[in-house]
Amino acid sequence: MIDEGLRSELQKQGVYTTTLEELYNWGRANSVWPLTFGLACCAIEMIAASMSRYDLARFGAEVFRPSPRQADLMIVAGTVTKKMAPLVVRLYNQMAEPKYVIAMGACAISGGPFKQGYNVLKGIDRYIPVDVAIPGCPPRPEALIHAIMTLQEKILNQKLTGPDRPRHLVKGAPSEFPVPAYGGHDLEPPSNPEIWQPPVMKR
Amino acid sequence: METPEQIKARLEKALPLTKIDIVSNDCPAGERSLVVEPGRALEVAKFLRDDAQLRLDYCSNVTGVDWPEMVVKTKVKKKVVVEGVEKEIEETIETLRSGHLEVVYHLYSMELKHGPVVLRLRTANRTDQTHLPSLTSIWRGAEFQEREVFDLYGVVFNGHPDLRRILMWDGFKGFPMRRDYVAPDDFEYEPTPHDRVLAEAKKHHPPEVKA
Repeated sequence: MIDEGLRSELQKQGVYTTTLEELYNWGRANSVWPLTFGLACCAIEMIAASMSRYDLARFGAEVFRPSPRQADLMIVAGTVTKKMAPLVVRLYNQMAEPKYVIAMGACAISGGPFKQGYNVLKGIDRYIPVDVAIPGCPPRPEALIHAIMTLQEKILNQKLTGPDRPRHLVKGAPSEFPVPAYGGHDLEPPSNPEIWQPPVMKR
Repeated sequence: METPEQIKARLEKALPLTKIDIVSNDCPAGERSLVVEPGRALEVAKFLRDDAQLRLDYCSNVTGVDWPEMVVKTKVKKKVVVEGVEKEIEETIETLRSGHLEVVYHLYSMELKHGPVVLRLRTANRTDQTHLPSLTSIWRGAEFQEREVFDLYGVVFNGHPDLRRILMWDGFKGFPMRRDYVAPDDFEYEPTPHDRVLAEAKKHHPPEVKA
């Protein structure tokens, strides 16, 4: 690694030094393409964020890809019903690595106001790993922009080597997650125990 | 627009042997509706749509209601002679109301710009005789809504072109909007439970007993 002082000295002289890791992360962080995919009212805020007033394009996330094969980011925007959940997981599985998930709004995080209902999944993190969660009902476009910026920060700080490298660089790490099946009353299994455990009550 | 009584009178004249009841909602508005026996529902619906004075060509919505079997308490004032003095005593009479499923159709006329006329169909019971005639052949727009009533309440519509579940998946068991539907117990720890959730929380995490 090059010394930071030397690096800034060189930059003043017009010599720019970087590492492959930084260049790679810089490129990825500034071209996060979300999947065109909305489930409920949060999707309206997501659309608003992508349009001219809030202009998500400033963050390199303007191209909403209509195919999961071309998308890097899944914005789970809205209520995930139990009927929809297997399809969301399947879409996630179809995305190419590296891939990220933003859970947008109270419903995608925990089921929100519908948590006690019979038909709503209590958070998409039961089946797929979530990178950034935005609370709100629905969150404003600024909150989504903040989430994208948080995700960019996360990508920029990723190491390409070493033990804490991201999942897509670990050989044998799962990139697909089991798709739940429809059961008699609930999904089977009701959660993926490998990535999610129920909260424990502390006394 | 005609009152329900006028519609009822004309219906009974046009379709003899048809028995129609008028019931009012148990609420301040007290909107009255026509209860039609299921066997004659198709003819009645056809009359309501085609009659020149009504022309109810638009079925705005179809709703399901579950009426479980329950004991209805009514208070009746009674005059009793006690020790030679006449006294008024309030008496509660308990009657068992049989359970049934009800489907409510709200009908409007686009042509004559009036409505709604409320049509109710009732099943015989909630368990095995839950069949009703489908009115999709009269109002095409009722198709998906009847499917929804089938999905959530379990009313089977005879003559429906495509009676499948619409909101829940095909393998789903039970009818979740019925009053006696019990969802699987999948309670999780809640940081700030209240009301029904608080009762659930107490059941799952009983409060510690202080010695």
